[in-house]
Amino acid sequence: MAQIFPSTANTLAKISLFGAVVLPVLLIVVGSGITRSSANTKVNVPLDQPVPFSHEHHVSELGIDCRYCHTSVEKSSAAGMPPTHTCMSCHSQIWTNSPLLEPIRESYRNQTPIKSWDGSIGWNRVNKVPEFVYFNHSIHVNRGVNCNICHGPVQKMQLAYKGNAFWMSWCLECHRSPEKALYRSKESDEKGLTPREQVFDLYLKAQKGEENLTSARERALASGRDFAGYHPSSEEVEQGKQLVDKYHVKTKQLTDCWTCHR
Amino acid sequence: MDQVKHNNLDLAEIREKLAGMKGQAYWRGLEEIAETEEFQEWLGEEFPNRETLLQLDRREFLKVMGASLALAGVAGCRYLPQEKIVPYIKAPEEVVAGKPLEFASAMPWCGYAKGVLVTSREGRPIKIDGNPTHPSTLGSSDIWMQASILDLYDPDRSKNTMKDGAIAPLEDFLKEARESLTAALPAPGSVGAAGAAPVRILAETITSPTLVAQLSALAKKYPGAQVHHFEPAGPHNALGGAHLAFGRDVDIIYHFDKASVILALDGDFLQVMPGSVRYARDWADRRRVRKSKMEMNRLYAVESTPTLTGANADHRLPLRAGDVDAFTRAVAAGLGVSGMIGSVPAGADADAFLQATVADLKSAGTGALVVPGDNQSPAVHALAHAMNAALGAVGSTVTYIEPAHADLSGQAVAPGDPFASLKALVTDMQAGQVKMLLILGGNPVFTAPADILLPEALSKVPVRAHLGSHEDETSAACNWHIPESHYLEAWGDLRAYDGTATIVQPLIAPLYESHSAIELVAALADKPDTGYNLVRSYWQAAQSVTSTALARTWEKWLNDGLIAGTASQSLTVTANAGAIPAAGANAGATPPVPASGFEAIEVIFRPDPNIRDGRFINNGWLQEIPKAISKLTWDNAVLVSATMAERLHLANNVNVTIKLKGRKLIAPVWITPGHPDNSVTVYYGYGRTKTGQVGSQKGFNGYVIRTSDAPDFASGGEIGEAPGSMRLVSQQMQQTMEGREPVRVRSIKDYGAKPEYPKAEDDEGAGNEESEKSDLFKTPQEYDIWAKEGKAHEYAWGMAIDLNVCIGCNACSMACQAENNIPVVGKEQVANGRHMNWIRVDRYYAGKNLVNPEIVFQPVPCMHCEKAPCEPVCPVAATVHSHEGLNMMIYNRCVGTRYCSNNCPYKVRRFNFYNYANHHEIPVLKLLNNPEVTVRGRGVMEKCTYCVQRINRARIEAKIANNSEGAPIKLVGMKDANGKTVNESTPGVLITACQQACPTKAISFGDIHLDNEVKQWKSEPANYDLLGELNTKPRTSYLAKLRNPNPALEPATANAGSVAAAGSAGSVSEAGTKAE
Repeated sequence: MAQIFPSTANTLAKISLFGAVVLPVLLIVVGSGITRSSANTKVNVPLDQPVPFSHEHHVSELGIDCRYCHTSVEKSSAAGMPPTHTCMSCHSQIWTNSPLLEPIRESYRNQTPIKSWDGSIGWNRVNKVPEFVYFNHSIHVNRGVNCNICHGPVQKMQLAYKGNAFWMSWCLECHRSPEKALYRSKESDEKGLTPREQVFDLYLKAQKGEENLTSARERALASGRDFAGYHPSSEEVEQGKQLVDKYHVKTKQLTDCWTCHR
Repeated sequence: MDQVKHNNLDLAEIREKLAGMKGQAYWRGLEEIAETEEFQEWLGEEFPNRETLLQLDRREFLKVMGASLALAGVAGCRYLPQEKIVPYIKAPEEVVAGKPLEFASAMPWCGYAKGVLVTSREGRPIKIDGNPTHPSTLGSSDIWMQASILDLYDPDRSKNTMKDGAIAPLEDFLKEARESLTAALPAPGSVGAAGAAPVRILAETITSPTLVAQLSALAKKYPGAQVHHFEPAGPHNALGGAHLAFGRDVDIIYHFDKASVILALDGDFLQVMPGSVRYARDWADRRRVRKSKMEMNRLYAVESTPTLTGANADHRLPLRAGDVDAFTRAVAAGLGVSGMIGSVPAGADADAFLQATVADLKSAGTGALVVPGDNQSPAVHALAHAMNAALGAVGSTVTYIEPAHADLSGQAVAPGDPFASLKALVTDMQAGQVKMLLILGGNPVFTAPADILLPEALSKVPVRAHLGSHEDETSAACNWHIPESHYLEAWGDLRAYDGTATIVQPLIAPLYESHSAIELVAALADKPDTGYNLVRSYWQAAQSVTSTALARTWEKWLNDGLIAGTASQSLTVTANAGAIPAAGANAGATPPVPASGFEAIEVIFRPDPNIRDGRFINNGWLQEIPKAISKLTWDNAVLVSATMAERLHLANNVNVTIKLKGRKLIAPVWITPGHPDNSVTVYYGYGRTKTGQVGSQKGFNGYVIRTSDAPDFASGGEIGEAPGSMRLVSQQMQQTMEGREPVRVRSIKDYGAKPEYPKAEDDEGAGNEESEKSDLFKTPQEYDIWAKEGKAHEYAWGMAIDLNVCIGCNACSMACQAENNIPVVGKEQVANGRHMNWIRVDRYYAGKNLVNPEIVFQPVPCMHCEKAPCEPVCPVAATVHSHEGLNMMIYNRCVGTRYCSNNCPYKVRRFNFYNYANHHEIPVLKLLNNPEVTVRGRGVMEKCTYCVQRINRARIEAKIANNSEGAPIKLVGMKDANGKTVNESTPGVLITACQQACPTKAISFGDIHLDNEVKQWKSEPANYDLLGELNTKPRTSYLAKLRNPNPALEPATANAGSVAAAGSAGSVSEAGTKAE
């Protein structure tokens, strides 16, 4: 009787067996790799905008405070996006003929929302939490959490890009151990700054020159390294613990689901 | 016609079962006592009659499961489009992105103002609450205020000016109208227009001072223009009564805060009057029993159709509406009103009730109050005035003021005929004398009494225009339809029940091409202007303010939501009892002998408890919220008493024929314990033929047998069989808790003597098998893990609901719907037990008596049990506990097993069986959503959150306000930094939506350890846990309901059994002795 399977079938069978084990693993590894990569999360990917606004120029070179444009960041859940009038408060005087600023002038002239060259309305959103997450800027700023911890080195961005992917596990790093995130600089004590004022003091110091950033902590913050990349020293953690007590941060409550989801 | 199971209830058996019940009996409906199959289904399963997987064959099962598995993976993958941020061009000064703003305004109710505070998010109004500074609401609200936000975003609103069904410019109408008006100018050389006026304006009740001034000016300029009034369900009897008693219009103000004994004569002062929100608060404040204040007022209610007032009365006497007149005369005679002779209808019940009431009212003196109902005759109203005068109550519990509404018709209201103005109009129209008719709001073609042939008359008017929010029956009969602006879209002004004027300020530009009445009238009068200018210039002149001062004053008026000092002047009027017609003058002739197969009855007409005269028909929230007493949703019904149902072999849903004066109506019945016998209630407002998609084909039209000579009740009706049935959907059987004593009711006397709730030994059934093992059902010993774990500064949220002042009005449930983006599911889904309201208000009948059972209401939100049974059964930990004691529901984790709901003994969890919240992707409805709360998708469980979005906001605001220190959240009843006690209207206070809405302040929320109101409530001896024997340790607890029965009547009520057992004279005298 003739053989039903040729001898090559052996190899095929072995490959199939091997594949059955390896392929799913490979799929998972590749799949999660892609999911976590910038291709999916858009971390470090600058987005096109109607006007190529440079945070580096406005913040680091000109020394404009975050709150000049993001007016509600310390008092509301939303940080706020500047209306056309805010742009025009300077650009009606300087760079009045710059072709790059034409969308702003057009908006001002016609009283219409800002439009891209392709006709689409509005700025492209860079940072976003899912709809079922309720993030509040004001309470973070008021407890001295710097913008850069979440948003990356904004003051150095030529075009705004996402600094972090906002995974839930990443949020929980601070919410589980806020002592790692809370800090107080020496200058704050000397100048009697509130935690909120300390947040913006950092950018003021950085703008005057990186050498003004006295501690490793501040340099890390200014560079936009978040707590996946920065390991606070034991003294810093100790100070953080004191601050947790002082600010009445209820650590257990921070990880209650309804703090962010509701 | 739907297939309906007819469970003809055996009432004899029900009575027997009731009589056999031990202790106090609480039941939700007759089906519960009869233990019908349907009830067993509802008890056994939360969602009965589901298809189960077992019903599928193997192939079908594999197909479904395979597809589900495949799609489950696919559905998880989405490519999200790039989102856009569109900033302002110039930011409005007050708007801070992410922060709500509140504006004071007023909502019209029968023409009167209810002061509101509207919450706006980034330019969209999303929530309406009462304005704490406004006398009509004091910060509370009712279901109509809450639901009026949905009317604004109703996708079926009319959007364009239409002429004969085609879009036309408004200018064309104005041109036509001005031509007609020119004809109404005085003829040269003559004084005034000769003959009938060619131009007519038909308006509802008007209190708007600006509109009144405009219309008066218009009528002056054009003598041939005349105003008529028509309000289908307004307080016409109150006006008629005022004319009888005082010979003039007055508005009546009740001061329930001063009333200790109240007699309500077939009326619902707790819910439907323009001042009801305020009245309910004042009334409840006199009933709030605390350890320190063991006293409460006493309410007697004589009523036909069961209402909230009767349900909340200490003594309720069901009487046919036609018998109330005689009863009132008897009370009046007892109180010494001269020339009154009255007799109570047969039955010693009524007699004892009468004697006790008269004695009690007399002893209360100036603290007594007689409140006549809107549906009783003018004579009853006039008698009430005479009685209040005789009691010395005038000036104390009741005052009279200049009416806030204006009668522009120039025809004094004929006491006997509330529709005289409309009738005069129709007569002239039929005679062809009217060249133009402008209908300012309302839907008179649908709501006019059946004997006033408005549609036919309309066809004889060449130019007929309708200003209305929706295209309806009236707009169909007119050749012009002009969209009317919602009150949140247009400037205006209104006066409240006490005359206080409020500027109605819009929060949003009109969504469609709509106009307000004042803008339209201004344009007609050739002075077109914006509503803003019209109102502003009127008030500048009216208050004699200089234009420089106006800027500042105007801001204050808007900010306060009222113009101080504009309350109506009080009047000193004397009731003239002699003018009241003798008994029987108004009563119909001897009822005709009914045809064979028919029985003679009295027919009572009432506006629907939720959609009123039909104006709220297209409002899904009001359709779906169960009607307070019947718990029906989406339909109206003919209410009949249990006794009559038994006699006529009627069952729920079965159609009957009702004949009245040659008119006929076929409609389904709903058996209502507590309804008087030989009388039926027909609710009008439903059965609309032309309305939006929500209101279409719902219910039957009760107006077809409502005639102008007897708009409130009529004798001489007949009831008989009719073919078929209609499926009515009631929630009374749904989400039943099978437990002991869900509600606790006691008399204040017992409570004062022994505050602890009597345990099983006090039960009549002590000694039987169940009582002997009753230790099993007692609350186990405290083992409060929270008390040990909780540190002083950790919040422990809790709620207490005072059943004693809860009137069952549903405002809490509606406020919750508005706050928490709760969807509407529709009649079919409600029938399946899938309604979504997070708070359900349970209505229990109490007692062993089908003729006049007591009614108790119990709002049931999530209990936030410390040992929550829902939590351990969730396979994906989608419901877990927070450190502050909240039972959290995490939507994004939920996979929809519904195990939690299955295991919840309180049945407070709701499941999205469909994508209810999607609203068929109608964009305008998305504007309605509260951005602080997730909109839930299909397959997700949800429930009350204690308004966690408000907790989080209050927490963050408190922390920021007091920078590095953890400032305490402001809670009601707490002392703030200045030593002042925080109340519901303190800025920044944390209150839940239901607590904010509650007109009687029956809900308190706060921290169960800190010194605040909720802790004080929970320390009352009346405090108890619902199903406490399950040891779920609920954070929501209840204060028992207390009644304040007259000792002279007490045992009679307890015994008053069925008709057969209706107290003999013996039982009454026995009661008298026992009371010593």
